[in-house]
Amino acid sequence: MTPHDAPVTRWPAAAVVTGQGSGQALLMEQPLSFWGGYDAARGCIVEAHHPQLGANLAGRVMLMASAKGSSSSSSVLAEAIRNGTGPAAIVMREPDLIVGLGCIVASELYGCHVPVLVVSSDDWRELVQRAQGRPGLWHVQAPESGAGEVRVVG
Amino acid sequence: MIDLTARDREMLSGRDGAATALAMRVLVRSATLMGAESLLDIRSAHIDGCLYHGQASLDFVERLVDGGGKVRVPTTLNVGSLDLIHPELFRGGEAVQSQARRLMQAHVELGCESTFTCAPYQGRNRPQFGEQIAWAESNAIVFANSVLGARTNRYGDFMDLCAALTGRAPCCGLHVTENRLGQVLFALQDFPLERAGRDIYFAALGLLAGKHAGARIPVFDGLPTDTSEDELKALGAACATTGAVGLFHAVGITPEAPTQSAAFGGRPPPQTLRVSRADLDQTRATLSTARSGDRLVAVSVGTPHFSLAEFDQLLGLLDEQQAKPSIDFYVNTSRFILWELEQAGKLRRLHERGITVVTDTCTYITPVMRQTRGLIMTNSGKWAHYAPANIGVEVAFGSLRECVLSALRAEVVFDAP
Repeated sequence: MTPHDAPVTRWPAAAVVTGQGSGQALLMEQPLSFWGGYDAARGCIVEAHHPQLGANLAGRVMLMASAKGSSSSSSVLAEAIRNGTGPAAIVMREPDLIVGLGCIVASELYGCHVPVLVVSSDDWRELVQRAQGRPGLWHVQAPESGAGEVRVVG
Repeated sequence: MIDLTARDREMLSGRDGAATALAMRVLVRSATLMGAESLLDIRSAHIDGCLYHGQASLDFVERLVDGGGKVRVPTTLNVGSLDLIHPELFRGGEAVQSQARRLMQAHVELGCESTFTCAPYQGRNRPQFGEQIAWAESNAIVFANSVLGARTNRYGDFMDLCAALTGRAPCCGLHVTENRLGQVLFALQDFPLERAGRDIYFAALGLLAGKHAGARIPVFDGLPTDTSEDELKALGAACATTGAVGLFHAVGITPEAPTQSAAFGGRPPPQTLRVSRADLDQTRATLSTARSGDRLVAVSVGTPHFSLAEFDQLLGLLDEQQAKPSIDFYVNTSRFILWELEQAGKLRRLHERGITVVTDTCTYITPVMRQTRGLIMTNSGKWAHYAPANIGVEVAFGSLRECVLSALRAEVVFDAP
């Protein structure tokens, strides 16, 4: 449990796909292609040379600067969200249609609203530092208005 | 905020049924994400949704079928996981086979044509110059934009089908004239001019250029003036394999690049890279650990799907050698080309020479090849790049001529050292 006087830090973020999610941060040190890179059945990064090889995204706030790879990644991400092996939220530095589309379709089909947010380059650097520092609980909100927020407690 | 027409809002409201409304919602949300300010009408769609990537792939299409969805523009389908014409070729499990079959069938129920090809531009009704379309499949996108001068963004999963069901696409990116100018020049120094065996250099150039171009628009200056459509097909497919390339220009060859200046909108190229034949040989070498004399277990060509002209070249090479391959020789193509081969009496000749023609799918995405342990030769940059990870094979990368000579001897034969 987080003590009620735990420090709270906030960053503004543009809501790309609406929703909200909380969890511990998982920083991708390199872009991940969900197709060929994530096993949505087992919940595990399988891209051979990826620094986060073996990591499970389930329930995590995924920090990924930019995306890469096949457009089939949308299907794999939607399947991971359906299957409970997808992230709780995705925060990026550069918006990406393939990632956004996976979340949009999962929200339309299954009512699982995994938010996607984009932050500025300066805020991205701070988020990366924070994710590499002490643990904390990350709360991500992406409302209809578009003015979202990343809030870290702890 | 995106500016929707009255008709767009009607579709969104559900007046045209639940499927159209769902498709429109996904389209509008995606268009907003892409920064588009409006939607535009499209004349055709090509859907890459028939490969099974898990339950979500099927759920989406079934939801559209249940909601009474029908495509509003002529819509072709990309390859699936099965060869429906030659089902006996499939060597995978039954569960996947039935899900994959249902996925292909559900798309047909939405009104898509059962083309099952990655080269829809080889069929009838190819898009006209300047026509707005919504196509998926990286090689089809790059061919439609570059060789035909039609206009599509790099659509993929879900978006392609939403565009087909609404007849609309986000007005942005490569749909818009000013975003179609070249961004990086590849100045070719000594690109091979002699026709025999030069196919491999188009594939190698594509792989090299895609890596350097990333998501930019490459311009090639110095290709042979008699460059064929099939060679442009190989170039584009390879570019879109190693890069996020959706459009290229070839000076004096493709329709939006009568001159280098036209390709760059009258401005100097922001970046120029010189490419020599030696650079291309080096790219070839990085894709293939094989050496002349290594034992070969099979050959696979037709990624993207083989054209009639390519089949004629293959038959010509086989006739020249007066011999039959002693190993499996696969050619991927569409069912329409298969029928044309049959009518022209060419299919019989191919069978007599021991050639296996695979339709509706491709040898690197689904288990159809009898032998996947050992070295397999291809002239496709795309196949050479993806097959090792997809189906665990080792690749020898050579021209169509080298593929044929190697198949006759069951060992790798390279023309040049």
